[in-house]
Parts: sequence; C-alpha cells; structure tokens
Amino acid sequence: MKTETVQDESRRNFLKDGAVLMGGLVIGFYLPLKSGRAYAADAQPKPVYPPNAFIHIAPDNSITIIVNKSEMGQGVYTSLPMLIAEELEADWSRIRVESAPVAAVYNHTGFGMQLTGGSSSVPSSWEQMRRVGAMGRILLIRAAAQQWGVPESECHAENSQVIHAKSGNRSSYGAVADAAARLPLPDSVPLKEPKDFKIIGKPVKRLDTPEKINGTAQFGLDVYLPDVLTVLVARSPVFGGKVKRFDAAEARKQRGVQGIYQVPTGIAVAATGFWPAKTARDLLKIEWDEGPGAALSTPKMRAEYLELAKKPGAVARKDGDIAQGFKQAHKSISAEYEVPYLAHATMEVLNVVVDLKPDHCTIWTGTQAQTMDRNMAAKTAGLKPEQVEIHTMFLGGGFGRRANPRSDFVHEAVQVAKVIGKPVKVVWTREDDMRGGNYRPMWADHIEAAIAKDGRPLAWKHTIVGQSIVADTPMEAMLTKNGIDATSVEGAATVPYLIPNLQVELHSPKNAVPVQWWRSVGHSHTAFVVETMIDELANLAGKDPVAYRLDILPAASRYRGTLQLAAEKSGWGKTKLPAGHAYGVAVHKSFESYVAQVAEVSLESGKIRVHRVVAAVDCGMVVNPDGVQQQVEGAIVYGLSAALHGAITLENGRVVQSNFDKYTPLRMSEMPQVEVHIVASNEHPSGIGEPGTPPIAPAVANAVFALTGKRLRRMPFDQENLA
Amino acid sequence: MISFKINGKTAKVDVDPNTPLLWVIRDHLHLTGTKYGCGISQCGACTVHVDGSAVRSCVTPVSTVSGKQITTIEGLAETALGKTVQTAWQEVDVPQCGYCQSGQIMAATALLKDNPHPSDAQITAAMDGNLCRCGTYNRIRSAIQKAAEQLGEAK
Repeated sequence: MKTETVQDESRRNFLKDGAVLMGGLVIGFYLPLKSGRAYAADAQPKPVYPPNAFIHIAPDNSITIIVNKSEMGQGVYTSLPMLIAEELEADWSRIRVESAPVAAVYNHTGFGMQLTGGSSSVPSSWEQMRRVGAMGRILLIRAAAQQWGVPESECHAENSQVIHAKSGNRSSYGAVADAAARLPLPDSVPLKEPKDFKIIGKPVKRLDTPEKINGTAQFGLDVYLPDVLTVLVARSPVFGGKVKRFDAAEARKQRGVQGIYQVPTGIAVAATGFWPAKTARDLLKIEWDEGPGAALSTPKMRAEYLELAKKPGAVARKDGDIAQGFKQAHKSISAEYEVPYLAHATMEVLNVVVDLKPDHCTIWTGTQAQTMDRNMAAKTAGLKPEQVEIHTMFLGGGFGRRANPRSDFVHEAVQVAKVIGKPVKVVWTREDDMRGGNYRPMWADHIEAAIAKDGRPLAWKHTIVGQSIVADTPMEAMLTKNGIDATSVEGAATVPYLIPNLQVELHSPKNAVPVQWWRSVGHSHTAFVVETMIDELANLAGKDPVAYRLDILPAASRYRGTLQLAAEKSGWGKTKLPAGHAYGVAVHKSFESYVAQVAEVSLESGKIRVHRVVAAVDCGMVVNPDGVQQQVEGAIVYGLSAALHGAITLENGRVVQSNFDKYTPLRMSEMPQVEVHIVASNEHPSGIGEPGTPPIAPAVANAVFALTGKRLRRMPFDQENLA
Repeated sequence: MISFKINGKTAKVDVDPNTPLLWVIRDHLHLTGTKYGCGISQCGACTVHVDGSAVRSCVTPVSTVSGKQITTIEGLAETALGKTVQTAWQEVDVPQCGYCQSGQIMAATALLKDNPHPSDAQITAAMDGNLCRCGTYNRIRSAIQKAAEQLGEAK
C-alpha cells in the first residue's frame, strides 16, 4: 500500500477553524489557506486538502462533494466524486455535487489557479481527490473507534458505514461526522492499490443526468434574480472598433427599455427582458471608428499566410540536417495546408449576471476560469479579489471558450454593471457569440518531406503560420519560450515518427482578431497536417498506411498500441468494405493520451459521407469508461463538424457567419457510428476531453484519398469536385 | 393580455404580441428548462409542444398561442409518454453539457406520439433540426429506440 505523508500547519489551522463543517453547515468554505500559490511555479510544498473543503457529510448520511472543476459536459461532476468516493468508502447512491466557490484551496494542482481546461481535470485530481477521500475515511473510522473504545485497526469502512466486526458495532458516517471533524488530520494517508478499486474503472452513470433531462439544471442563462436588468451590448462589427457617435432616440421608445448606456465595448441596452432589449438594440444608430481591423479579409490573409509559410521562421525543433536529408532523397513531396478561424459555438451563448455593490461583487456565470475572472472582476470594480464571489453554474458547453485569458465576457459584464449601477444580466445573442471572436486561429502550413529508397522518411521541413493564442495574455510567460508559443506547434514539433532530419518552424503574425484555445488547441490543426502528410509518404513509398506508421514509430511507443487496436477492431486490411467505401487512418497524441481512428467513408451525391469511426484510446488508467466513451464520441463530432463545415471568415473586417445557418455543426443525419475501444493500461490517467478531436479530420481525409485519389489539404474540406 | 395554458396552468401575460413564446416562457414565467440557442429556428433548443406538436418557441410569436395548450420540459413527466422518454434518456445516460437536451427530449416525444415505432430514417428526419455540440446524437437515437421498445411492451 502506498503511503503519502502530508504535513502542513495551515491544514491544522483550517481544521481548527472549520471543524464543524464536516458534520454541520456548508457555510464557511471561504476560509483561506496559505497554499494558494502555484506550487508548480515556485516549488512551494504541495497544497494540502482538508477533507471538509471537498466533503460535507450530513447527519442523514448524504454526502455532498464540492467539485472545484466546471461541469461543461465532460463529466467532471461524476469523475471527481468517483475518486473521492472510492477512498472514502462512500455509498455512491447518496452522493450529490455542488460547485466550489473561488478559493485557493480549490486551485488546480498544476496551474495554481482555479481552472478547468487542458483535458487535465482527472489527471491533476487523481491523487488529490483520492487523498481527500482517504483522509475522510481515516477520520471517520478514528471517530467511531474512539466512541466505541476499540482499536482503530479493528475497524473498517464500507458503504458509508464504520464497522467493528468483532463487536458487531456499526455506525453511519452521518452519525460520526461531527466527531470526525473535530479530530486532527492524519499524518499518513495510504491510498488503495488499483486492484482494490470498487468504483474507479467501472462504468458509472452521470450524477448530473436527472436534472439535465427534466429542465431543472441551472445554467448561467437560467439565473433569474429579482430586479436584475437584462442587457444586450451592441459591439463593434469590426474587431478593435470603437463607438464614434450614436443615436438611441428610437431605441429608447421601445417598451421595456430601462436605459441605454455607452460602455467600453459598445452601447448597452438595459431592459426588462431579452426581447425588449434585442428589439431596442436593433433600432440603435451607431457610427463606429473601425480602426485597422476593417482591412482584414480572409482571401488576403490566406495569401499572406501562405507566402509567410515559405519563409524561415522561429525554430521549434531541429533534428539532424534537413538540407543534407533532402540532398539524399529518393523521392520528395511538398504541400500547403490551410485551416480557418473556428468559433466554439457552445450551445449556451455567453452570459453573466453581476450584482455589484460598493464593497462586494457577486457573479453568476458558466466559467472555466474562476481565478482569472475573479481577479479581472476585482480589478474592473476596484475591489479586492476576496470581495468578488463567483457562482459557477452548469456550462452549456465550454470547449475552451469559457476560459478566456482576458476574461472577456466577465470583464465586460462588470464594466456594464459599473456604468449602469444596478444588477445586470448581460446576454449575448447567438450572433454576438459567433461574431465575438476568441476563435481557434486560422493556420497555414507548408511541409516539404522526403523518403529514402527503403520508403522511410528522410527529411521533413514543416513551417507553421498562425496567431499565438497566448500573446499579450497572462498565459504568455507560462507558455511561450524563445518566441515559440508551445500551443502553436504542439503535435507538430512533437512528431513521433523516426525522421532523422526534421525541422519545425513557426511564424506568429498578429492582427486584431482575438484568438483562443478551442477543443484540442494546436492539435486541432497539426494532427491534420502531420497525419495526412505521413499518409502521403506511405503512398509515395507504396506501403499500407497502418504498416508504414508502425514501421516508423519508435519500438516502445504507446502510439503503436492504439494504432494496432484501431486497425484490429476495424478489420483494417481484412474486412471487405462495400463498393465505393474506403478506410482512412490517423493516430495522434494530445494531452498525454493516444488516440487512433479508422474512418469508413463513401461519397453520397458527390459529398463525403462518414459511415463509421473505430477509435482506440490509451488514456492511462480509466476512471469512468462510459465517460471516456462519451468524450471520444463527442470529440469526433466536434472535429468532424470542423472538417466538413466549419469556417469563420472575414470580409472588410466583418465576420461573415452569424448563426447556425451558415456555421453548421454536424447534425444527426451526418452522424457516423462510433466505436470506442480502450487500451488497458496502468499508466497515470491522462486527458480525455480533447484527444478524440485531432485524429478525425486526417482519418477522413486519408479515407477520401483512398477512395478518390484526391488529397484534401484544406479545412473545411472542399467537397465540390470529389466525384 | 394574452392567455394560454402551460403545463396545465393558466398563464396571462401583458407583453408585445410579437414577443417570441420562448422569452415569455423564460423571462416572464421563469420556466428555464426551455433554452435559447439561435433565435432563428436552426438548433431546436427551444422546442416545446403547442397543442401536442413540437414547435420552435424562439420564432413563435406569443400572440399565436393565445388559448392554446403548451407543454415544456417541466411538464413533460405528467404524461406517460413523456415519462417513458425521460426514463429512456436516463437509462442511456444521454446528456453531456445538457443544454440542448430539453429540446431533444421534446422533439423525440412529439415524434413518438405520432409514430410510436419510428424507423432509423424517421428518427433522423424528426431529430435533424436539433443540434448538439457535445455530439450525443447516437445516444439520442438509442434512447428513442429504447423508449419505442418500452411503449411497445406497455401495450
């Protein structure tokens, strides 16, 4: 049994101050701990986790788990409670969940702030939450043993009960929770061996399903408080534009309008509800000072990017000597790739409720980034961070959009509240949301590659062009080194294949379009580029795409296991496909997880039809296999939407698309069958929310090549001339 | 004053008659299970039943439902069919973020009311107007099939 020793004075102080929490009320969770700094950054001792910050056991034996990550569909309100319940020996049927307030004790163990992203919730909470649960179990057993006057070692816990087998004594957790909360925390917190897991690794139904099927789940948009004005903001149609002058005379006459105000981001219309605010906003006459953003047009930007891709950039990786490699080439090939800006298009539009008082600010919203948002709100309101309270609601999709490094939507809402001087609910329309920027960057890539006589890759030069998503944000220092934003080259600078001469270069042009992480971040374009080019090399070498990859992957690589499993389960090279169908394959690692996908594709009326996707996943130890299934399936849909349809384009600085009529996510009629196979593993858990997205576009593109002989090197795929 | 029945109760609202039913349901009646997604009948998140038929409430002026019977997700469990669909959704564990699911369930229930044993193609046709960014389509299909089976057994 693994023993973890945790000692920290603050933990004892916390317990002393917060002793009643475990058995009593849920108030008091705001008690600060001194361990709030990023220990990863400053090598402080690991923060400790008093069980009562995460676990509340009521006298009726119900257990509330306070979850410090945002639930945006990825299942974190189930997976993190599973980790706690496993070690707590809790009765799973009595577990419920609450969202954590903003406090240092709820910081992400790696990021040093409260943040949900990077497919990191389970990997970063794996030990933390189990330790929290184990501490709780130890204290509950100790409290019961003391009450019975028996040795602790003779007691054990199961199903939310402490049991002393010798005497037959049993005590429910609820009955000893108060006493347990008064005990000092244990010095030694042993954790279970994986073979002893009862909950972890078993398919568990989501705890949030009941409220999501009867309409009671509360998203940010569902927050209705008395005397709150609904506010819609008319923002500049061009990124970076400012209001020059405006005329609100007609808008003001609309029924329900309570006021029209100039705010830093535009003109705010406050009304009694969404509809009066929207109809009034439509009547505003605004003249904008558009600024340089008005010159942005997609065709021009594409040409500039492709030109830049031919020039030397900052070097992100250099192996061997590419000039030498190309000199010795048997055959070589070069290609250009392009992908557009993409909106996250979460089903729930952005929205924030703000109640700003002179000495306090309360915010209700769906956010992935509580600490950054709180700090920005405090700065904007002229308050201290501890005077800002955030209620994290259910997120109607996140995909990265709700972790804005500039806190754009919260920043604006607090500005609006400040100007109006009343509680406000700032709601974005779908059009506002889609045209609001903070997109996945558009990218252009140029690759030149060569193979040797034996078909193996000899040289590879990859140049990437696209905006840095962390430039000029608080994340820049963490993620940018020597002019290379790690998220711009991830998946490209980390190419796993054995290529002796390899160079990856980056250009990071700047412009007025705000950009941001989007499900799988840099991998959303690099996997497409790398995995279609590898397919080209396989073809150039006259080899089977799976065999070729296996031949050029390092021997011990975890890529191999997923690739082999996907090939086996799909019947690659064995299954006789219907006439007019073809398979394509891709494998990619992101967020420390490995995913291979085989896509079965045909053409229907000349358009790409994806019939089936067989995915194999190695994400280390699995907490909830059903959750993995959901995430991989969802990630495939997200990636397929982008591959087949997604594009945000600009004309004279204006975003062309505004709603789901022109920016079209996958619908049921396009949905492939999806099979998800999990590679058995004892490795540390790794990410699962995002890694299913990157391989789907290249798998489909490679299948289309197998079917038609035509290479797709641009997303969304040009489907006009395939037949 | 416009009057209609919603989940069995009478509602009277004094609003601009062009106000979409969606915003009356949400902003005036505070029944928040019905969602705003697009405002132009492209995503189905706002789907409710008007006299038993699935309707996109975001493009339905409230004046057109005067005197009619409206059911939202909050009132769905009142009918055996609605309850069956919700139970199937629970058993298949359909939702991820959950935001679109009220609309999905309302659309599915309207389908099964008219056609208790829909084919795959009929399910697709009925559900194609309901977007889900989390990609729950295959589970939605399974849940509808499961509900259809249970309806068959109940007879």
